[in-house]
Amino acid sequence: MSLEELPGIPKILKTIKGSMLYKSMKNMKFFLALLPLAWLFLFFIIPVMVILKISFANAVFGIPPFSEIFKWSANNIIEITLNIQNYITIMSDSYYAHAFVNSVTLSFITTVTCAAFGFVMAYGIRCTREGLRTPLLLLVSLSFWTSFLIRVYSWINMLSAHGIVNNFLIKIGLIDEPIHFIGNYCMVCIGLIFCYLPLMIFPIYSALDKVDRSCIESAWNLGCSISRTFWTLIVPISINGLKTGCLMVGTASLAEFVIPELLGGAGSVTFGRILWTEFFNNLDWPMTCALSIAMISVFVIPLFLCKDREIEGE
Amino acid sequence: MFSLLGSSGCGKTTFLRILAGFEKPSSGKIFIDGVDITGIPVFKRPVNMMFQSYAIFPHLNVFDNIAFGLKQDKLAKSLINDKVREITGLVNLSGLEHRFPGQLSGGQKQRVALARCLVKQPKLLLLDEPMAALDKSLRELTQFELVNIQERIGVTFVMVTHDQGEAMTMSSRMAVMEEGKIRQIGTPHDIYEFPNSKYVAEFIGKVNFFEGIVLEHQLDQVLIESSEIGCVCNATHAGTVPVGTRVIYAVRPEKIMISTLRPAYPRNWVKGTIKEIAYLGNISTYYVRIASGKTVIATLPNLLRLDDRNFQWEDEVYLFWRAENSMVLAT
Repeated sequence: MSLEELPGIPKILKTIKGSMLYKSMKNMKFFLALLPLAWLFLFFIIPVMVILKISFANAVFGIPPFSEIFKWSANNIIEITLNIQNYITIMSDSYYAHAFVNSVTLSFITTVTCAAFGFVMAYGIRCTREGLRTPLLLLVSLSFWTSFLIRVYSWINMLSAHGIVNNFLIKIGLIDEPIHFIGNYCMVCIGLIFCYLPLMIFPIYSALDKVDRSCIESAWNLGCSISRTFWTLIVPISINGLKTGCLMVGTASLAEFVIPELLGGAGSVTFGRILWTEFFNNLDWPMTCALSIAMISVFVIPLFLCKDREIEGE
Repeated sequence: MFSLLGSSGCGKTTFLRILAGFEKPSSGKIFIDGVDITGIPVFKRPVNMMFQSYAIFPHLNVFDNIAFGLKQDKLAKSLINDKVREITGLVNLSGLEHRFPGQLSGGQKQRVALARCLVKQPKLLLLDEPMAALDKSLRELTQFELVNIQERIGVTFVMVTHDQGEAMTMSSRMAVMEEGKIRQIGTPHDIYEFPNSKYVAEFIGKVNFFEGIVLEHQLDQVLIESSEIGCVCNATHAGTVPVGTRVIYAVRPEKIMISTLRPAYPRNWVKGTIKEIAYLGNISTYYVRIASGKTVIATLPNLLRLDDRNFQWEDEVYLFWRAENSMVLAT
């Protein structure tokens, strides 16, 4: 999850805008807002600026592996050399577009599936008796306690050509040749859903937790049948949890590198893998940066605008 | 307006929830206008309930909250609008239709919850501790407001409360409950003045109890000998309790008069010493120790503004009361 989506940040930004600045400086509000702002500036704005700068440089051999775009010349003139070749390549080469579409599709399928499963699971946990909820939630978070890599790797262990499942199927005589589970988009999807489902369950659960029992009862009392209550009351009230969950799962799965790398095989090209290749294999820092900037502009900026409009709508 | 009054945990709310259909009765049937509704599910009953917490839908504004029930009935949009407008006027919420629950005060939330139920025109409106979430001054105002609304629309209200003042102010009839059983049903006046048991007498208002034995029946009254009082007392409205039965002879504090002079009548008085005086402004409560060691409570209105207190601590006084103001209860 990126920093600007942290709860409250857009609101704080709005609070300190304009004349509010002076007012809030009088009390502690301003200083309270200053802390997250400073953090945001230091660890988000500055790095993005650096990435933006590098994305316009030329790739060179050496340390650092990119050219300087600002140059002082003799007559107190600053020369700025902007190389927009990387952006042109990204736009024109269908390879990137292809990876981009793949990532978006994978992320979309993962988010929708997680939302469906996550809602059902969160609702199920919410419906159990009180003493059972905390253990169930702990069980959900249990998978987070093991290393992410190990969790993904265990799928390989189970589903590879000589994995548990294939061995078992061969042993009972159902198949003669091992099935190739690993190495396709379907497997990547399964891995993504498996790993990110908890990220969906928790926000939905906490939203559902706020749905008052007496609210549900009064909906029944006002003539709403049990199934209709679900759609007209429970889903709308918990919609914010669902949104948060989708945002978290969507963002995390979009930039995912490990899962496609391990479970997707050579054929599955995703954005995260391209970034890896450009950065570590081709040592092309400017290209990597340009890709990152492209990604940010496509996803984060619209999200930001969306959120702002929501706040104004309140 | 019918109230269910009882201490907490006596089953008032459970009874309300059975009426609404949230709980199933283990035995018995529920009739409304002669129709058995025991098996009808909660969302089809002509009964609406206002919850103690009001349970207003947080994601809907005032208008949509009130229209919620009508939308479930699939009414035409214009009809819904008309009904909601009418009811918001009635409960004094006009102009707040587009507010969200977070922007409403406690009193406004209560009126939204009420309007949401009333707009459905139920045969029975259930109110679970309707005033519990309001502060004291607002509570008194709302009590009359609620009664006024009830009188204007004519729906039967069944209210649960543990506040006896509230129950007596608002109800035309009330029931006192104890451990899931209704002890007495009647008008507030009946219940206060003619309680049918020690429990009811004690639950509503203050009361002095004396042990006694029935001595004799005379025309419309009974004579009771009480060793605690030290004389023979008489009471009307005592029913036909057999001679020799042990009973409780009860007198409410405000029915007791205080005098420094010994009453001429031989019955219904007792001599004692004032041990405590609690000045409450409008009334004063006197705690009088009588010969048997019992403390009798008597209240007198403070009719005069000037402080010419007739009775002081340690004064010897006579407490007396009229036969028709005393009660005879089973032990």
